[in-house]
Amino acid sequence: MGRKLLTEHINVEGIDTFEVYRKHGGYRSVEKALKTMTPDEVVEEVKKSGLRGRGGAGFPTGMKWSFLAKPEGVPRYLVCNADESEPGTFKDRQLMSKLPHLLIEGMITSSYALGANTSYIYIRGELLYVLRILEKAIAEAYAAGFLGKNILGSGYDLDLYVHPGGGAYICGEETALLESLEGKRGNPRNKPPFPAVQGLYARPTVVNNVESIAAVPVIVNDGGDEYAKIGVGRSTGTKLISACGHLNKPGIYEIELGVPVEEFIYSDEYCGGIWKGRDLKAVVAGGSSVPILPKELILKTAAGEPRLMTYESLSDGGFVTGTMLGSGGFIAMDETTCIVRNTWNFSRFYHHESCGQCSPCREGTGWLEKILHRIEHGHGTERDIDVLASVAKQIEGNTICPLGEAAAWPVSAAIRHFRDEFEWHIRNPQEATRPGAVYPGKAVLV
Amino acid sequence: MESTTAPVKPQFSEAAKAEIDRICKQYPEERRKSAMLPVLHIAQAEFGGWVAPEVQDLVAEVLGVKPIEVYEVSTFYTMFNLKPVGKHVLEICRTGPCQLRGSDELTLELERITGAKVGGEPSADGLFTLKEVECLAACGFAPVVQVREKYYEQLDTEESVNAMLSELRNMVHRPALPWEEKGLPNAVANN
Ligand SMILES: Cc1cc2nc3c(=O)[nH]c(=O)nc-3n(C[C@H](O)[C@H](O)[C@H](O)COP(=O)(O)O)c2cc1C
Ligand code: SF4
Ligand code: FES
Repeated sequence: MGRKLLTEHINVEGIDTFEVYRKHGGYRSVEKALKTMTPDEVVEEVKKSGLRGRGGAGFPTGMKWSFLAKPEGVPRYLVCNADESEPGTFKDRQLMSKLPHLLIEGMITSSYALGANTSYIYIRGELLYVLRILEKAIAEAYAAGFLGKNILGSGYDLDLYVHPGGGAYICGEETALLESLEGKRGNPRNKPPFPAVQGLYARPTVVNNVESIAAVPVIVNDGGDEYAKIGVGRSTGTKLISACGHLNKPGIYEIELGVPVEEFIYSDEYCGGIWKGRDLKAVVAGGSSVPILPKELILKTAAGEPRLMTYESLSDGGFVTGTMLGSGGFIAMDETTCIVRNTWNFSRFYHHESCGQCSPCREGTGWLEKILHRIEHGHGTERDIDVLASVAKQIEGNTICPLGEAAAWPVSAAIRHFRDEFEWHIRNPQEATRPGAVYPGKAVLV
Repeated sequence: MESTTAPVKPQFSEAAKAEIDRICKQYPEERRKSAMLPVLHIAQAEFGGWVAPEVQDLVAEVLGVKPIEVYEVSTFYTMFNLKPVGKHVLEICRTGPCQLRGSDELTLELERITGAKVGGEPSADGLFTLKEVECLAACGFAPVVQVREKYYEQLDTEESVNAMLSELRNMVHRPALPWEEKGLPNAVANN
């Protein structure tokens, strides 16, 4: 059994209340940090822990914190990214609704480290019920003296608020999130300036994912070095994986980074294998925007090594034979899955969610969706596959924010590994569009 | 006979006003516009599940911004309904992971039972509006439908779908929102 650092007490009755959470060791990190450590010492522990951002990009959290500009007399902000809209990812919602005080404790300790006196949790608007859970927990923390003025007599003040979005995936992108928090459309900003210099209200700001912030209390309590002992290489600590699709036991699993992918899919401790006794066909390992891999390549690297649940192992081989850990949204597809249909569905998602600021993304995602729709519905032409690949290529690197790439990668990867299946759709439209039709061939492993 | 009274301008209930005041205090004084999305959510809940142009104007007035600044936002975010809706808006997730577990079939089934069309008018009885949405962050419990603040998950059996619909049909009033705990304002009691 792997160690559980965040979710150890998740099933304890009443753990969403201050009293029970506190009884199980809650808020110790706030006491330790505010009473015995300087803010810089907290940052140092987070650096030592090797914690990498859990929102998708995997950037080292301690390093990001040390980039925060600290001009005298200017407020700075910590903003928690609880937008969670990456298809396949549903860990933050669960963590916040069951363990609201863990996030609040993390927000206090992290805000102290960064010298922020006002912090926000930006939560996706659909989760208004979770917002109410958080607000209730925040009120409890104020009442207990862990928020507000002069926390625990330390002289440190912090106000913490929850802010709902309105249903827009792009608001997960950190600069779009800040625009949205300012009451505007969620249009990503050009960078630089980076949020660390000019973020919320043009003030220095750190934006971190829920799970990253929830890991901070553990790191402060046990020390960064202890945390770094868990995991493999530069993938330290534990990670929440939200597993969905055709699995026997979909759900949220806290794993120690380094579990073999094969064990994660098939062992009873985790997903318990593929449903209905079927065979696995493909996996999208890190949320819908990362490249899809066929069964053979997700279980083993191109060199034949077992693939592990780490940032490095999953990306082994670059985008040719590898993928990304991303946000930990693990989508498994069984042998009856139509890859064309799935790729079309994801393209429709990105087209729908493009904010429309840059033409390569606004138009390109529309073309991807249209061409894939055509192929899926039996009207594809021989040229379509190359046009798709070329549209995807032209979006990459030509946009303000990474949503463009997020839309392009799944298409490029699906063509790379499942080109035969696309061709089969185009050449045998009648057969391919029959309800329940399954491509009879195999994936290409390059 | 033609009505001689001017159309009634919408007004927030006292409870909602108090909630809006509380929310506005969360942002710096000169950044009141930040309260845009939370206030739009309150407005939508107060005025029948959608934000009519005059409701958006009211939001602009309350926040001290130009109406266009509200329209820009309300049209960007998919949670805000710009047309009248049925008593219950069923937001059906159609994204990949839900599709893998049968959301297309669920959508057809809901259209068949309610008689409403996705993206169209409410059902003839005024009870249901069907709306397809993208990933609701509940992919492991697919297929998923959200109705107001409630998630209905694993809707992959006839029983689960029927249980959801009969729960909604039997709801005389919608559940009170936290800021209305002292009783529903008249304007929304029948929503
Ligand atoms: C289109 C898009 C959507 C994103 N959605 C999320 C999200 O829902 N949650 C999240 O934490 N990060 C999301 N990110 C990443 C954020 O921009 C940012 O990198 C992250 O919140 C930083 O936190 P971390 O360092 O703790 O991972 C998204 C990025 C892009 C480009
Ligand atoms: S890449 Fe797409 S989502 Fe990102 S800023 Fe450009 S148009 Fe908007
Ligand atoms: S795909 Fe439906 S909830 Fe995520």
